[in-house]
Amino acid sequence: MTFIRAEHLIKTYRTGEVDVSAIKGMDFTIEPKSFVAFVGPSGSGKTTLLNMIGCLDHPTSGKLTVIDTDVEALDRRAAADFRGANIGFIFQDFNLIPVLTAYENIEYPLLMVQDWDASRRRARVIELLEAVGMSDQADKRPDQLSGGQKQRVAVARALATQPKLVLADEPTANLDHDTAYRILELMKKMRDEFGTTFIFSTHDPKIMGEAEVTFALEDGRLVNGGGARA
Amino acid sequence: MLKILKLAARNLARYQRRTLLTTLLIVLGVLAVLLFVSVSGSFKRLIVGQITDSMLGHVEVHRRGYVASIDNLPLNLNMAPAMVAKVDDALQHMDSVEAWSPRLKFGAMFSTFTETTSIRLNGVDPAREAATCPLMLKRFLQGTPNGGLVERGKVLIPDILATGMKIKVGDMVVLVATNLDGSVNGKTFVVQGVLDSVTGPGGRDGYINLDDARELLRLTEPEVSEIAIRLKNPQKIAAAAAAIRQALAGVTDKQGRPALEVHTWDQLTPFASIASMIDLLTLFIKIMLVGIVLISIMNVMVMAVYERIREIGTIAAIGTRPGRVLTLFMTEGLLLGVVGAVIGVALSLAGIYALNAAHLSFNFARQQFTLAPTVGVGDVLVVSVTVIVVAMLASLQPAWKASRMDPITALRHV
Repeated sequence: MTFIRAEHLIKTYRTGEVDVSAIKGMDFTIEPKSFVAFVGPSGSGKTTLLNMIGCLDHPTSGKLTVIDTDVEALDRRAAADFRGANIGFIFQDFNLIPVLTAYENIEYPLLMVQDWDASRRRARVIELLEAVGMSDQADKRPDQLSGGQKQRVAVARALATQPKLVLADEPTANLDHDTAYRILELMKKMRDEFGTTFIFSTHDPKIMGEAEVTFALEDGRLVNGGGARA
Repeated sequence: MLKILKLAARNLARYQRRTLLTTLLIVLGVLAVLLFVSVSGSFKRLIVGQITDSMLGHVEVHRRGYVASIDNLPLNLNMAPAMVAKVDDALQHMDSVEAWSPRLKFGAMFSTFTETTSIRLNGVDPAREAATCPLMLKRFLQGTPNGGLVERGKVLIPDILATGMKIKVGDMVVLVATNLDGSVNGKTFVVQGVLDSVTGPGGRDGYINLDDARELLRLTEPEVSEIAIRLKNPQKIAAAAAAIRQALAGVTDKQGRPALEVHTWDQLTPFASIASMIDLLTLFIKIMLVGIVLISIMNVMVMAVYERIREIGTIAAIGTRPGRVLTLFMTEGLLLGVVGAVIGVALSLAGIYALNAAHLSFNFARQQFTLAPTVGVGDVLVVSVTVIVVAMLASLQPAWKASRMDPITALRHV
């Protein structure tokens, strides 16, 4: 089975009296354990596509299958359960919970989404803190961390529940180039270490070069259908 | 649940000023209610205690129809000796009864030889009356309660009469009463004491010895108008009255109907409606507390949801179930309610202790009340549970909104 398959995927939004076509018919497949980038300018449909793959949104028509699951068939609660079990998220603005420490932010999905017991939780959080190089910052709250450190914590949080897929929407947009590259290196390392599929979106041409598979989007269409980097 | 509590506590701590203000409002509300309940309860107990302990007793037994005609003090509705004996027998076997006192009530003319007026008189057994209404002994403004309460040949008169007719202890007066057969009889008495007037029926009555009353009325049988009863535990008055009614149900008239009626003090005095008003006021204060808690917590939670929309989007996106989001926000409301209630109750108890320690006294006319506020476990529980439940209800709508939020819309929120 293909890890992710989109067939004639269309997404149309209603904004006031106007229908806006965000995705205008896309077909693609993504294999497991790949490191994929959706690239394109603002408004090209990257975020909409990631939202649908992340089961946060439904296609208007066409079919989208993620990890053997038809996204269209998931109701609100089932979608939440599916995300909690299979998908990790990394956000452009990090979106860490401000009242929790780095340790607790990573622990959050294990505690509130998957109900891991205390000893397993602790072992997993420590493992991830070490993996992302944040062991010495475990007790700091987000406002005490730099942008790069916050995104490292966000990567660790996304991986906490051992998801099969991590979606990152413009994960490097708020970081300087050096930090951005380090975050991408970290994501690749995590992919290698945990076998997780990473899909990220970016509009930065330098960053897109880090992907092993690239889908270029323009005005809601694929203009380069999943070219693999040599 | 512990993890949600911990997270909710941290969320509240992040908006310290707002959380403190809301908690303060709840604390003030709880404090106001419990202090009002305790102080008004103290006044109510004092006034009720004075009415029951200085004239009415807790429960009274009359012949059927007597209370309906009580303004006329009808001698033809007195209890016959056989009935009185049955009541005595029944009361002797009741653990809830502390004492009881037979009374012969009648209207009379009161003359100082120069002036004449009317008076309502109670013929009482001094020792039994003092045991049933112990505060009678404290109503003496002049004179002393010799002979248990009132000696043979002597009369206790209300101060309003003594003042109006310039009578003092030791003065000779004449009491003239109309007998059951319509004839009139008079007898001289010496004023033994002047009694402080108290609120309610019988508060301005005079007292003579029961035997003197029978002589004055020329009664051949030892009949009585009423029997006042003092209970060991006035809090259980309803149950005690019911037991007395049941015990006396066998005393019937010629038609086989119950011959006696049993009334509790609140059925015999208009002050019962004032007591009900105090209860109503307390209820209104409690409703105001509900309003305060509802509005303050709802305000906090609505703001909390509005300010954390992106955060809600994040936790929803990473797979937190809507039910857990709902629980998280409701727990924040619950915590506010619990903390406010606990601090409010603690401060209220401290305030009540301080009021008791201060021995505050108030004078109403010539009656002095020393404030002795207390609050029952029931009141504390009712107020605390109300606050906590209302706090949770107040957070329900914002929490529901948070749990139903579309993650994409929430994540886009600036």
